[in-house]
Amino acid sequence: MYEIRIHSRGGQGGVTAAKLLALAAFRDHKYATAFPFYGAERRGAPVVSFVRISESPIKVYSQIRKPDLIVVLDNSIMDVVDVLHGLKPGGKVLLNGTLPHDMKGFKTLSVDLTSIALRLNLVVAGSPILNTPVIGALAKMGIVSKDSAKLAISEMFSDDRNVQAAEAAYQELVI
Amino acid sequence: MLMISTGNKAVASAVKDAKPSVIAAYPITPQTEIVEQIAEYVSSGELMSRYIMVESEHSAMAACIGASITGVRTFTATSSHGLLYMHEMVNWAAGGRLPVVMANVNRAVGPGWNIWAEHTDALQERDTGWLQVYVGTVQEAYDATLMAFRIAEHNDVLLPVMVNLDGFLLSHINQSLQTEDVGDFIPPIQLPHAIDINNPRGYGTLTGPDDYFKFRWDIERSMRDSVKVIEETQGEFAKRFGRPYGFTEDYRCDDADVLIISMGTLGKEAEVATDLLREEGIKAGSMRIRWFRPFPDLDIAGKEIVVIDRDYSFGSGGILAEAIRSRCRVEPYSVIAGLGGQEVTYEDIAGFVRDRRPGEEYWFGVKPDV
Repeated sequence: MYEIRIHSRGGQGGVTAAKLLALAAFRDHKYATAFPFYGAERRGAPVVSFVRISESPIKVYSQIRKPDLIVVLDNSIMDVVDVLHGLKPGGKVLLNGTLPHDMKGFKTLSVDLTSIALRLNLVVAGSPILNTPVIGALAKMGIVSKDSAKLAISEMFSDDRNVQAAEAAYQELVI
Repeated sequence: MLMISTGNKAVASAVKDAKPSVIAAYPITPQTEIVEQIAEYVSSGELMSRYIMVESEHSAMAACIGASITGVRTFTATSSHGLLYMHEMVNWAAGGRLPVVMANVNRAVGPGWNIWAEHTDALQERDTGWLQVYVGTVQEAYDATLMAFRIAEHNDVLLPVMVNLDGFLLSHINQSLQTEDVGDFIPPIQLPHAIDINNPRGYGTLTGPDDYFKFRWDIERSMRDSVKVIEETQGEFAKRFGRPYGFTEDYRCDDADVLIISMGTLGKEAEVATDLLREEGIKAGSMRIRWFRPFPDLDIAGKEIVVIDRDYSFGSGGILAEAIRSRCRVEPYSVIAGLGGQEVTYEDIAGFVRDRRPGEEYWFGVKPDV
């Protein structure tokens, strides 16, 4: 079982990113679950979402304590949340943007999702949409297939720019 | 159709496919997504139902009762304080022999104000004459809701059915969901005591002890008869749609020395704990109670029992543990865990089994002197 924790702020689309990723894994014919931790959610507050992907049915409902991968949609969260908490030895981190951070030796990848969203004018209520480009980056990392990533995005969003954003992140992420 | 869905949306999909004539509901966290989604189905024309927006849960159930007595299919959904607010009418639906179907998203009861999973809300309604089923996956939320209509409306039952799903853990998780072309799986409703303007009768009139006693016995007789209706419905469901269900979901129980008995998503997590314990040489099994009313006959003789209650009856004990103790004549190790959404992992559950002390009660995460 591969376990992913997504850190975002309320309104940035972390919860939807988790759902998209689960849907893409599902379209890869794998089992997947996606769920947020629900506290007192509001725009701008740190939010955590979880995704599990497995070859066999997933019976675990508790929160992910030891993730294989951590995704950070807003790097400023790292000032207030220990995003690396519980990350497995050999685990990976995907960051939005290129700001340097001490990732304590964990394999860290980054891609500027915000710029991709702004370039395509993927903005809702003043916030750049990060949940569709990040799926492209995760496809590049091999978490889901590229075809399933695009399929999942087009199933949930009719605006083709979302698929374009995922394609851009796929191209721009350097493995 | 194969899709990805939350537990709430799975319930709404089942309601769309069961096509009730009247839906009356009031939103409450974490159930709101059910009634929102149904409202969308009604406004888009995908579901041709009368959707009654009410000012309270008491009115929601009262509206379902009023509609049901005319002989049509009805549905509502609620949670926690909403369920308790409709408590009077919950009794009335069962006593009136009205096959209302309700989804209850299990949530703790305040104070302290808490929106997370606990079963005490529904278990406070256990003596009302409603059938109660507790589900463990998004797919099961859909399947159980569909079956609830057929079971409730069967003329050997004619009692309301409550489908229970864990708040957030199940209501808000995304999992795969297979929806079905339901066809004639749920026959048209035929309520024998429906209001008939050509044959006026009184409903809910003052009833003396002799008749009242008969009515009460009649509820119990139907509750007992519901056992075979549930079996038959689950059998037919498995035949048509390929997913079998029982009164319990048993995992590695046959050769087990110690059984973990629980309800809801805890029962799925307990299956993982079972595998972990088996690797350590402890012959564990998981029995997830699906139907709490009618309470099933359990074949657990000769096994050690660990009951996990996500609920409590103050001054008495875990409500599931009490049921097991009195009906099965065993002394379980009673674990109280998961109240108010407390995290309970499969590793925690394995720990309960390793440290079991038959006959004792243990509050997970509470130190004895606090």
